[in-house]
Amino acid sequence: MSASDVRARFRGLFERDVTLVLAVLGALYVAYILAGVVFGYGLRGQLNSIANLTFYIGVFGMLALALNLHWGYTGLFNIGIVGFMGIGIYVTALVSKPPVAEGGAAQVGGFGLPLVVGVVAGVVAAGLFGLLVALPALRLRADYLAIVTVAFSEIVRFTMMSRTFQTFTVPDTIDLWLFTIDPTADTVGLGGGGGLILNYTDPLEALLRTLFLWEPYLGFVAVVERTLIPNNPKPVIDGLAYGVLLLIGVGLFYLLLSRTGKSPFGRVLKAIREDEDVANALGKDTDRFKLTAFVLGAALMGLGGILWYSSRGSITPPSFRPNITFFIWIALIIGGSGSNTGSFLGGAIFAGVLYEGPRYFKNLVQAAFDLGDAPRNFGEAMAGFASLDPMPFILYTLDSVSQLRLVIMGVVLIWLMHNRPEGLLGHRKETASSVDLARPGSDGPTGNPAAADGGENQ
Amino acid sequence: MSVSETYVRYRQTLSEEPLAIGVLLVALWMAWSLASGLLSGGIQVSSLASLIWDGLLRGLIIGLAGIGLSMTYSILNFANFAHGDYLTTGAFAGMATSYLVAGIGENSVGALLLVGAGGSVFGGALGIGVTTAPLAVVLGALLAGIATIALALVIDRFVYRPIRGESGIALLITSIGVAFALRYLLQFVFGAGVRGTTAAGSVPRVNVPAIDGTFRVTAHDISLVVVAAGLMLGVHLLLQRTKLGKAMRAMSDNEDLARITGIPTERVIRTTWIVGAGLTGVAGYMFVLWKGTLGFNDGWLLLLLVFAAVILGGIGSIYGAIGGGIIIGLTASVSVVWIPSEFGRAAAFLVMIVILLFKPEGIFAGRTTA
Amino acid sequence: MSETDESPTESKPSDPEAGSDADDAASGADLSGVMGTEADVPSADDGARYAPLEVEGLRKEFGGITAVDGVSFDVEEGTLTGLIGPNGAGKSTTFNLITGMLDPTAGTVRFNGEDITGLQPHEIANRGLARTFQIARELEEMTVLENMMLAPKGQVGESLWRSIMPMTRGSVREQETEQLERVWEVLDFFEIDHLAQEYAGNLSGGQRKLLEMARALLTDPDVLLLDEPFAGVNPTLEKRLLEHIHELRERGYTFLIVEHDMDLIMNNCERVIVMHQGRILKDGTPTEIKESEEVIEAYLGGEV
Repeated sequence: MSASDVRARFRGLFERDVTLVLAVLGALYVAYILAGVVFGYGLRGQLNSIANLTFYIGVFGMLALALNLHWGYTGLFNIGIVGFMGIGIYVTALVSKPPVAEGGAAQVGGFGLPLVVGVVAGVVAAGLFGLLVALPALRLRADYLAIVTVAFSEIVRFTMMSRTFQTFTVPDTIDLWLFTIDPTADTVGLGGGGGLILNYTDPLEALLRTLFLWEPYLGFVAVVERTLIPNNPKPVIDGLAYGVLLLIGVGLFYLLLSRTGKSPFGRVLKAIREDEDVANALGKDTDRFKLTAFVLGAALMGLGGILWYSSRGSITPPSFRPNITFFIWIALIIGGSGSNTGSFLGGAIFAGVLYEGPRYFKNLVQAAFDLGDAPRNFGEAMAGFASLDPMPFILYTLDSVSQLRLVIMGVVLIWLMHNRPEGLLGHRKETASSVDLARPGSDGPTGNPAAADGGENQ
Repeated sequence: MSVSETYVRYRQTLSEEPLAIGVLLVALWMAWSLASGLLSGGIQVSSLASLIWDGLLRGLIIGLAGIGLSMTYSILNFANFAHGDYLTTGAFAGMATSYLVAGIGENSVGALLLVGAGGSVFGGALGIGVTTAPLAVVLGALLAGIATIALALVIDRFVYRPIRGESGIALLITSIGVAFALRYLLQFVFGAGVRGTTAAGSVPRVNVPAIDGTFRVTAHDISLVVVAAGLMLGVHLLLQRTKLGKAMRAMSDNEDLARITGIPTERVIRTTWIVGAGLTGVAGYMFVLWKGTLGFNDGWLLLLLVFAAVILGGIGSIYGAIGGGIIIGLTASVSVVWIPSEFGRAAAFLVMIVILLFKPEGIFAGRTTA
Repeated sequence: MSETDESPTESKPSDPEAGSDADDAASGADLSGVMGTEADVPSADDGARYAPLEVEGLRKEFGGITAVDGVSFDVEEGTLTGLIGPNGAGKSTTFNLITGMLDPTAGTVRFNGEDITGLQPHEIANRGLARTFQIARELEEMTVLENMMLAPKGQVGESLWRSIMPMTRGSVREQETEQLERVWEVLDFFEIDHLAQEYAGNLSGGQRKLLEMARALLTDPDVLLLDEPFAGVNPTLEKRLLEHIHELRERGYTFLIVEHDMDLIMNNCERVIVMHQGRILKDGTPTEIKESEEVIEAYLGGEV
């Protein structure tokens, strides 16, 4: 076999992963655009719909990737994801919200530091809490670790809701041994049950300003306003731009985590997942590896939480219920734990089909048929059957789609565990090494696309 | 053992387990703060008694639900995250029965069966209560158990049995799927609203005197105690006198030995589900009767406390689950003496985490026989 | 309990920075060079051989049961020592005590002159004492190559930051490339190179045993503790495994082998330790063991 043959074959294998990603994303976007056509969306509506889809693909993709580091690689059963997400965004808010003006007693302010400082603080805080949970808990059995982490995430939520932490008064000056800080903040806090209004600079604007792209961006918006969308196109373009930002974020997560996975470090994590005693007997300090992996994953979950909520205008504690944790788990299991590409695809499929899909399906049906009002409750829905009229039931079902999608998720999870525990996309091989493990000097194909380039040129 | 050896060991404990020392210090601080609070009158004895009574009742519910969870955890070897939703199912099935019995004739059957979904019927108006509608309550409790047993068996047949040989983790993940499907099906059918279920005003109550005041005991408190005590006694007798009891005892006394003697047969598993789910369903009903409200999230919100109780008591131990339940219930209620009330449940979780770290086999392990 | 020979005090000063010489070990392209790393160990004449592993008064209680009851022995450099005994004699427990999987109730384990009692398994492994498991514990969802690449000591890429930072990833790749050559040599040596890309979970029982031994060898050990390496291995593979062990011993490796099969040990080891009910029943040459009344009695189910 000649060298060029091998190279061609390699490329083919390598491209198969890319093809798969593009095919899945393409199918999702086409389906959403077609749905938009049925709904009679104009350009604005289509773009909004695409921005929305991109947003969820981005956040679920990122979080599934982070979870894959914990569960797929290291076998750490973390079901406290939402706790780390919450810590991330709450700390960001605390640090970056502008201080409240004197007299605004009911308001909760922040320290008014630049958003980038807030984001870094949020990520670090999530990582530190990961350390706090991991230090004692990593020696526990998987099911105990699961219970401890979910309890942890609930404690985080209780703290957010708590009246005790609703507001603090910041002293006018803080003496820190050598220096004195004079914080501008007056009242800060977690906002209690009412949550926090995220009245810092819009994250997109903050980022673009840092990159000196804000003026060109505004220029671009003006052009769009003149040519394509005449009436206030900025929110639409903002949404799309934020979606693109999230996809870049996914790319960075992927790059970081595939480098982590394709390295001696990732190899030890895999070994810990398979059999911790063996890794230990081979001279690996498994506690250290587990700790590092857990903290990194927790920090990334914090970042995922920040990116999810930072553009939302406000955050409230009920958003941080364990349901989100389970959504991310379902996404990971769809994609197949252990594989980074699979994790992202799982996140995308979950976002497009299970999370947003049912709502689109409902709108689609309602757009296609003129159905009238749905019954208010299950009793009225069933009453139709007395006169052999299934319509009330169908209408009620459609109207309850936001609850039923959780039923569907549950059933899908059960089905996957029965039939495809390795993930919808099947078993994926991502060799844990920074180099191709083929016999040195041999030209033989390794059957191992992932190792082809170690993800170096992403 | 010589004195010096004891001393050395003591020194070792000090240096090796800083966390244990921390726990000890916290306990000392709590005792001191409680004592000084009581002495100075900052904490009233009557309000403390009220908290303890509340915690005890909560603990009985958690314990009752915990027996079922503990049994499936040890026999089937997985943490069932759908257990809380079994509890909710029991509560809804039981309350639907109570509504039907109490309100038949005057209200539409549909509205009654849906436990007044969307405000069509109100439990208060129907006079649901152990004194005002005793038959409705008894039948409700019965049906709560039966319906939950039926549900558990159907789910086991179609969900857990096909993957019986899989790891505990695979089963755990599957049970999360079951929990989702069940919880939101309940919401689909019964609606998302939290409804009042009892005629709270007409439940008889007495004020029990306690040094500096009184605390309230209602008829529903008493019925909860009676039902819980009765069922716990029943389970005790059942397990002492049956084959399943022997299997369970073998499991909790010496798990390895029990494993060697063979994996449990389908018959044992079925009996486990029947006993466990029955208790869970009744616990759910009594919970809702006692607190007087019902929502689709009730069981899920209780689940982590039930887990805490089971872990505290040692997985597989029936008495451990009851004891653990009472400790967790008391912790969640009484902890507000020391910490803000929003953190009552957090305190219970913290107790669980501490137990997991120091004595993962549970505090009653090695001493009890199920 | 039998009296064991007092080990000669000629202990080699141990090198705590075991990882530091992994680099030059990894770079050694020539197999015999790599595998002969302990050629520098003073190999004295037969009378007073250097004993890298010394166990003294080892004791382990589980609850009220004493699984290992005051076991003392040493393993001499470059030998094949067998540890035999009926089921429940405490052989595997002894192994676990030596390798740090269990903490002894009493007694000491010394390795290359250093007290390693109660150290973590990874600390012990890094000092050059490698082990295999009774039931081969390969890492199923990892390929044979990944299994092998895991083993070498002192991998710079085991630091997360070195692995992800662009500036340092080059050195990680460089070291991995060097390591890979050695991995392939060892695969060739054990004749499992054709299985390199297989998942370890797909190997047969015997192949797993080979993999486990190859993997342990890659940690660059002085002494290898093999826990029932021949259990569940077919006769052809057993023969091959034995040949490998003998060849490695000739290159200077030291072996302590727990085995059930008495004949196998008698025919291959120069020294045999017999355990029974947590104690050492007899310690000597195969001939001495064969002639021992107590051993025969213990094996035939008699009382001691």
